[in-house]
Amino acid sequence: MINFALDVGTTATPESYLFYFLAPLSVLAALGMLLVKKAVHSALLLAWVMISLAIFYIAQEALFLGIVQIVVYTGAVMMLFLFILMLVGVDTSDSLEENIPGLRPIAIVAAIGFGGLLVSLISRATFNRPIYGLSEANAEGNAFGIAAELFTRYVFAFEVVSALLITAAIGAMVLGHSQKSKSKNSQRDLSIARFRKDSLKDASGLPSAGVYALHNAVDVPALLPTGQAAPSSISSVLQARGDIIESATFEMKKDEEEEK
Amino acid sequence: MQTSENLLWLIALPLFSSAILLLAGKRANSWGHIMGTIVSASTFTIGIIEFFAMQSRSEENRAVTQKIFTWISVGSFNVDASLLLDQLSICFVLLITGVGTLIHVYSIAYMSHDLDRRRFFAYLNLFIASMLLLVLGDSYLNLYVGWEGVGLASYLLIGFWNEKPAYATAAKKAFVANRVGDVGLSLAIMISFATFGDVSFSGMKDSVDQASSTQLTAIGLMLLLAACGKSAQFPLQSWLGDAMAGPTPVSALIHAATMVTAGVYLITRSNFVFDAAPIAQLMVLIVGGVTLLFGAIIGMAKDDIKKALAASTMSQIGYMILATGLGPIGYAFAIMHLLTHGFFKASMFLGAGSVMHGMKDEVNMRKYGGIGKFMPITFLTFGLGYLAIIGVPPFAGFYSKDKIIETALNEGGIKGLILGSATLLGAMITAFYMTRVVILTFFGNERWGHKDEPHESPALMLVPIGLLSVGSVASGYLLYKGDWLVHWLEPVVNPLKVHHKELLPPIVVSIMAVAVVLIGVSIAVLKYRGEQSDKAPERVSVFTRAARKDLFQDNFNEATFMRPGQSVVKNLLNIDYLLIDGLVRGVGSVSLNAGNKLRVIQNGYVRSYALLMVVGALALIATIWVVTA
Amino acid sequence: MAVANYLYLSAILFTIGAIGVVVRRNSIVVFMCIELMLNAANLAFVTFARINGNLEGQVVAFFTMVVAACEVVVGLAIIVTIYRSRRSASVDDASLLKR
Repeated sequence: MINFALDVGTTATPESYLFYFLAPLSVLAALGMLLVKKAVHSALLLAWVMISLAIFYIAQEALFLGIVQIVVYTGAVMMLFLFILMLVGVDTSDSLEENIPGLRPIAIVAAIGFGGLLVSLISRATFNRPIYGLSEANAEGNAFGIAAELFTRYVFAFEVVSALLITAAIGAMVLGHSQKSKSKNSQRDLSIARFRKDSLKDASGLPSAGVYALHNAVDVPALLPTGQAAPSSISSVLQARGDIIESATFEMKKDEEEEK
Repeated sequence: MQTSENLLWLIALPLFSSAILLLAGKRANSWGHIMGTIVSASTFTIGIIEFFAMQSRSEENRAVTQKIFTWISVGSFNVDASLLLDQLSICFVLLITGVGTLIHVYSIAYMSHDLDRRRFFAYLNLFIASMLLLVLGDSYLNLYVGWEGVGLASYLLIGFWNEKPAYATAAKKAFVANRVGDVGLSLAIMISFATFGDVSFSGMKDSVDQASSTQLTAIGLMLLLAACGKSAQFPLQSWLGDAMAGPTPVSALIHAATMVTAGVYLITRSNFVFDAAPIAQLMVLIVGGVTLLFGAIIGMAKDDIKKALAASTMSQIGYMILATGLGPIGYAFAIMHLLTHGFFKASMFLGAGSVMHGMKDEVNMRKYGGIGKFMPITFLTFGLGYLAIIGVPPFAGFYSKDKIIETALNEGGIKGLILGSATLLGAMITAFYMTRVVILTFFGNERWGHKDEPHESPALMLVPIGLLSVGSVASGYLLYKGDWLVHWLEPVVNPLKVHHKELLPPIVVSIMAVAVVLIGVSIAVLKYRGEQSDKAPERVSVFTRAARKDLFQDNFNEATFMRPGQSVVKNLLNIDYLLIDGLVRGVGSVSLNAGNKLRVIQNGYVRSYALLMVVGALALIATIWVVTA
Repeated sequence: MAVANYLYLSAILFTIGAIGVVVRRNSIVVFMCIELMLNAANLAFVTFARINGNLEGQVVAFFTMVVAACEVVVGLAIIVTIYRSRRSASVDDASLLKR
């Protein structure tokens, strides 16, 4: 005999409107989070799911949790996610192609099977008493009720969790602290590296800028004995910035050569 | 029973000396031989003191004991490491330390050119300590320790020149053959423990009535096996000839005078077992009789002087074993022959060593000849030993051997006839081959084929030989006079004082014995008088061939034990390889293959592990779903 | 409307999160899916608190949030560290366990 005991406690009409409006949206947002390519979009969709959940919490007489959900999750955690996304690179979008054969179908079948069984289990759960509701527990306000629970019965767990938080903060600092695994190259190292190269072309160092040139400036390439300009004589920083005069303009022209 | 700390010193002194000599290394090279000899001499002194102390006491109080420590104490089974010196032990103590000391002295000169002389003396002292423990142990377990100790010393000394592979092999052969006997002894100890719950001589002797004759027969046969191994008796005799690879003093001390007689000691000590187990006693007789003829026959054909003497030793110990098989009256004669044999055989071995010393270590008698005039003292002492062993009155061997022949004949009936004729035949053959040895070595032409004349050995070697030959002249009469030894040993071996019957008057037996000896000597003189060739004759009878090959003892052992043993081992190896290793390897390869297959799951991708978790959660919730349905 | 609807919603969100953890390769997205699963569980807790008429479910949900926050902090620090050494945020690239 299946007794749909949960049906006993039906909710007020406004709440059911709220649910039927927000629940499909949050499911859609969750699915979207799964399917979109860009991680930033996923993060935004997740934020939406979390805000919906916060609303559900408030609707279920969990005002304190709802606020905390918004402050901690959508405020702090999601911002942290976005921050890390910025750090790691927004455009490291990941291709949705699967490279482990057979993983995706198995995963989807298994997860849907899991969810289906879970839903089925919930649907046949029996609960031979009415839903009490929280009006009594929240008589002096939800935050007050939670505080009473936290600081009496769960005070030890609360302290442990605070220790966990501190540990996590320190752990994150330790992990985030980057130490150079290798000391900076000294002149000696650079010299050795030059001689270890395939050719000994640069063994005596790169040509200095401006040597044999018409102009003597850091942005002017040196001229090789052949009369050609040497772009390698100019700092790569200047090259990257584009603050360089085209090397070719300094090359000795053929006719000039003939004149001589 | 009185105690005496001297017993402890008897064993401790040579043991410590041996340890010091081995541990000190080259530092002891200059004084090691002196110390070894002094220690040996001091044990002899202790032995003399104890002997006179024992003699001064009344017959019941002669035995002394000394507990060293409690060795095993498990429930009702208690074994003390304790020593017992009684009338039987003291004979051995005096023989071991006396002959041992003389041989130590002899070795100082004999081994003077050997770089490893110190090690030699260390082993000799180890042997003395082990042998004394063997004869002084008051239980079979203590005896066993000494028994193994002398086995070890024998092994080390046979293989003393182990740089020669043949010598190392000889040492190994002796060790393995002795092992067979040792297994017998350990089995005897185990059966004794199971039967009596005790392994001490006195305890077993007191409760021997409670054991069934089957158990006693089993113990007796196992003890006989042990005696066969140690005393080179048939069928474990094959190692003794090869044991001559050791230095000659070793052959004289260990493989003639003392260690090889340990079997006789064991049987005599276990007289209460054999007296109550007629079958085992009969086996003792058979073994003794077979070996005495076996050794004698081999002795006739050997050209190697040491191997001829070794064969003679085997034969003479056969006499002793046979005597021990004759029951209560025989034990005393066995010990008497053992003591006289200790003197004259040691003397002859040392004489042979002296000859070898003068002949550049040549051992082939056919390359000797006429040495008598170059080495007169050696000749004299060897000759005295010779007269003693063939049993010419009044030399030592006459009294002891004559008594054994007499006792054998007095067994009466068919048994007496067989044993009597075997001992008489043995006496004749002994006379023959010993005469052969003497003629080939000391008489006739000089056949050594090089210019250097043999020289007499130094005094340090001759003095011990001389003293031993005095013993081989006089010991027989001294022990025989008024049945001194028989009375002396009575409390140990002859508690019932069985009066032995006389079928033949002793004088008739003596005349018969001397007559067969004369026949043997005459044949040998006629045959070898004018020996010219330094080569052994090729065209000889099939019997001589057989005797030269030690009556095929090695071939027999090889065919019966070695080859089948090897094939068994090979097959076992195959079984091991295919079945046991196959099983192990099979388990290994199955695991390996299974691992290789399962490894695919472990692809290193975190997501696949997450997938497995999801699948696991699915399985879990499906179970819940089914269970709550 | 039945209160059980919240539980169904929770189950569905949890399932979507589980699929995401397995299917997506960007480690940050994987992390977000884990957060989704945690939130789904929280919703169930809150709902059960309401059904049972006491605040214990809400307290547990509170603790879950704290632990999740810790987890995010440490997890993201790990991701950053891995990214720094590998120049990649894909979970498939961190497959050294295989070798």
